[in-house]
Amino acid sequence: MDELIEILQDLHSDVDFETCTTLIDDKILDSFDIVSIVSEVNDRFDVAIPAKELIPENFNSAAALWALISRLEED
Amino acid sequence: MLFTSLQFIVFIAVLTAVYHLFVPQNEKWGLLLIASLAFYFFADPRYLIFIGVTAFTAYVFAILTEDYNSKRKAYLKANKESFDSESKKKYKATTARVSKLFLALALIINLGILAATKYTNFVIDTINTWRTEPLSFVNIIIPMGISFYTFQTVSYSIDISRGTVKAQRNFWKFLLFTSFFPQLVQGPISRYGDLSETLYNPKPLELRNFSLGLIRILWGYFKKLVIADRLVIGLKTLVETPDEYKGAYVFVVMMLYAAQLYCDFTGGIDITIGIAQTLGVTVKENFDLPYFSKNIKEYWNRWHMTMGTWFTDYIFYPLSVSPTMLKLSKWSRQHLGNAIGKRVTVYISCFCVWLATGIWHGAAWHFVVWGLMNFVVIMASQELEPLYAKFHNKFGFKGKKWYSAFEILRTFLLMSSLKLFDCYRDVGLTFKMFGSMFYTFNIGKLFNGSLLELGLNKGDYWVASIALVIVFLVSLYKKLKGREAREMLFEKLPLFVLCAVCLLLATVVFGAYGTGFDASQFIYNQF
Amino acid sequence: MKKVKGFSLYKVYVVSCIVLGIAAAFFGLWFLQKLLVPKYQRGVVEGAMIAEYYDSEEPHEVIFLGDCEVYENISTVALYRDYGISSYIRGSAQQLTWQSYYLLEDTLRYETPRVVVFNVLALKYGEPQSESYNRMTLDGMAWSSSKWNAIEASMTEGENMIDYVFPILRYHSRWNELTRTDFEHVFQRDRVTINGYYMRTDILPEAEFPSSMPLADYTLPETSMEYLEMMFDLCRENDIEFVLIKAPTLYPYWYEEWDDQVREFADSHHIPYINYIQLRDQIGLDMTTDTYDAGLHLNLAGAEKFADYIGRYLVINYDLTDYREVPEVARLWEDDIQFYDQLRDAQNAELAEYGELRSWGANAIEN
Repeated sequence: MDELIEILQDLHSDVDFETCTTLIDDKILDSFDIVSIVSEVNDRFDVAIPAKELIPENFNSAAALWALISRLEED
Repeated sequence: MLFTSLQFIVFIAVLTAVYHLFVPQNEKWGLLLIASLAFYFFADPRYLIFIGVTAFTAYVFAILTEDYNSKRKAYLKANKESFDSESKKKYKATTARVSKLFLALALIINLGILAATKYTNFVIDTINTWRTEPLSFVNIIIPMGISFYTFQTVSYSIDISRGTVKAQRNFWKFLLFTSFFPQLVQGPISRYGDLSETLYNPKPLELRNFSLGLIRILWGYFKKLVIADRLVIGLKTLVETPDEYKGAYVFVVMMLYAAQLYCDFTGGIDITIGIAQTLGVTVKENFDLPYFSKNIKEYWNRWHMTMGTWFTDYIFYPLSVSPTMLKLSKWSRQHLGNAIGKRVTVYISCFCVWLATGIWHGAAWHFVVWGLMNFVVIMASQELEPLYAKFHNKFGFKGKKWYSAFEILRTFLLMSSLKLFDCYRDVGLTFKMFGSMFYTFNIGKLFNGSLLELGLNKGDYWVASIALVIVFLVSLYKKLKGREAREMLFEKLPLFVLCAVCLLLATVVFGAYGTGFDASQFIYNQF
Repeated sequence: MKKVKGFSLYKVYVVSCIVLGIAAAFFGLWFLQKLLVPKYQRGVVEGAMIAEYYDSEEPHEVIFLGDCEVYENISTVALYRDYGISSYIRGSAQQLTWQSYYLLEDTLRYETPRVVVFNVLALKYGEPQSESYNRMTLDGMAWSSSKWNAIEASMTEGENMIDYVFPILRYHSRWNELTRTDFEHVFQRDRVTINGYYMRTDILPEAEFPSSMPLADYTLPETSMEYLEMMFDLCRENDIEFVLIKAPTLYPYWYEEWDDQVREFADSHHIPYINYIQLRDQIGLDMTTDTYDAGLHLNLAGAEKFADYIGRYLVINYDLTDYREVPEVARLWEDDIQFYDQLRDAQNAELAEYGELRSWGANAIEN
């Protein structure tokens, strides 16, 4: 989880990713950011996030994203 | 049937009355289907064949895919013991290929029809520029709304393949999703997941919903008839005689077109969503105050939103996160450095999206160039971001009101410049005209009465200006209060009714319709 | 208002808002339509003629049908003064034959005249000619199946029935050109004719007309002849004498061949046809003083002479009432005569002052 926050922090240093739950709804993350995140996650966690998981619910908060990664790792 | 034709208005009035008065709740979708097919039939009976084939293809392959996927899931579950993780993966991979094949077939057929009808002559025309013996054009009909309904079925096919929506087993219901008439003319592009439930189980008649829908229809007609269809007369003169109207006139074109396109397009969408709303159907929003955007990326998140998200979800994301791209990303980061390497794949995907967006808008090179210019501007602003950041750190303008206003103005001018491609409809001419703004100094001419020779008189300019101020104030209200002005008005019912009556009267009197005015086609018709 | 005030009260409130809204919308549209339609009160007054008929209270034993060759050439007051004939001219600019037919139908809804006189010039048109002339004739008609059919028969390409039913749809863009006259005449119109007669007292002597162009085909169009036949039938059914005339003015040119066809029609139907072109001397027309537009139409002096002449024919041949002897009708005619004399004096005063008419005709057209 810390590593994930780090990835996010790299993109937007001014956002509190620990608490924010409206990353997509408030347009903090845009599509370019999401693609960056996917490729970073792929590098560091060796998890491939498929296009169908690129939905607001999975990216609105760091926690949701972490849950997604965990789910995909299990699979 | 144009939205602004009398037949359409009568059609809607009769449909709405019958729909609410005589049709039981659970059969309402049936009447919507009949109305949609009738709408198509009256436009051209042959269109029904096209839309029927497209709907049927998506319908059949969706069922095949879903059945196949559930069978293989059941098989996996039933034979849990006989699989180890390795063979399970292998089984999944082979079967996934079959499911992908279904998807591929569905897409090839439906996008094929779109390509064949809309782009054949474009390709021939392009080839002809290199040939001495020109090929002849094929005589082919372009079904109304084909770009819109094809994109709807494509998104459905992909969503089915991803397993994010359940396949519709009733063909007629699916045909309704494909052909729902209010959105055939110029969108929005709805997703099955968003539209299906509300379409098959519309909300019962209810005062608030119906009133808001009704005033939204009036508002749409107001924008379209009073502003857009009026300005189009002046625009036509300016754009069709470019030699005469250079320099400062190009700026006038930019401004007129920005207003005209906005009012035409959002007006049409207001009519669409308003009609759906009076029928109890909720259609996704397509615009969110685009002209208040502070940068071009934001602009494209607010303009024609259903198209933007479509391209993001079905081209940009799949492309960007595909294994090949991820590999490429890794490679480029290693060889080109983290900063640049990270962006390479994003830009490649982005390029593809804008190429596709350009082509989708129309079978012509100026659209392609327009799309790519958008890409260039987005890329440039992305690349300049660190520079901006430095600038803002130093001066601290960011967040200041006047600076926001500047950003909004800058984005508006930039986007209006790009729209010139759509005005002049010729790449070379557009560049030439844009350039003329900087070397032909004729601002003085604008004030010697030449603007009154464009087919618009003083009264027209007054009406259009006042109407635009009203549109601006209504937009500003939403910007500041975060909700639509009509929703606020509804809480004060007499005021709401008064506004509706005034809108109606203003549109009837000041609308640019009837003899003497061209009932200009919707800009987004035939897409 | 909140729902707390009681459900039924809230419902009443909502329903009254809606009802008032709908009423306001209809009232607004109705009023704006009244405001925006052309009033034809100054300059081009031809569009106001047809509607004036419905205000005329006296009975009319003679109805004239036709175009400018009747409404500018026959003084209805002279007919009354000289012979006691109570007549009305249902004519308008370039009134086409079928429009005359439907106006006859329309007239029969209100009264049954003894004689109908039709001027034959319009027979040359077999097709609708122009929207603005259509409008001037049709907009003034009261609503009935006759009006509907007249519109159906008259529409040029690009015209729609709906624009006649709701004229605001056609005239809405006049918001840009509204004049004082439009605002003053939203609800009431000034009188522009005396029983359909359009008076002009100015003089412009008859000049040389362009020589007649040979035509490829001299056959009068089938459509107009059919409507002539229908007019004949309608008159016979209602026991009305049907008379065909050609006014004594020379232009637009009236070809011999056309004359022959009309004569043939008249003979075969046993009705009179009088071509007054040949009778100009007997009428006593002096075209150096009896026309106001170089011979196209007669002025007051000419119209009185022609009325005197045609009136004599009518009283001799048909059993017409001398309404000068019928007090209640005579009273109504007194008002008409008063208006007629005032109008003449006003026009003459302007002529004396300026040497031309400023409040009537081309000079009075408002832009």
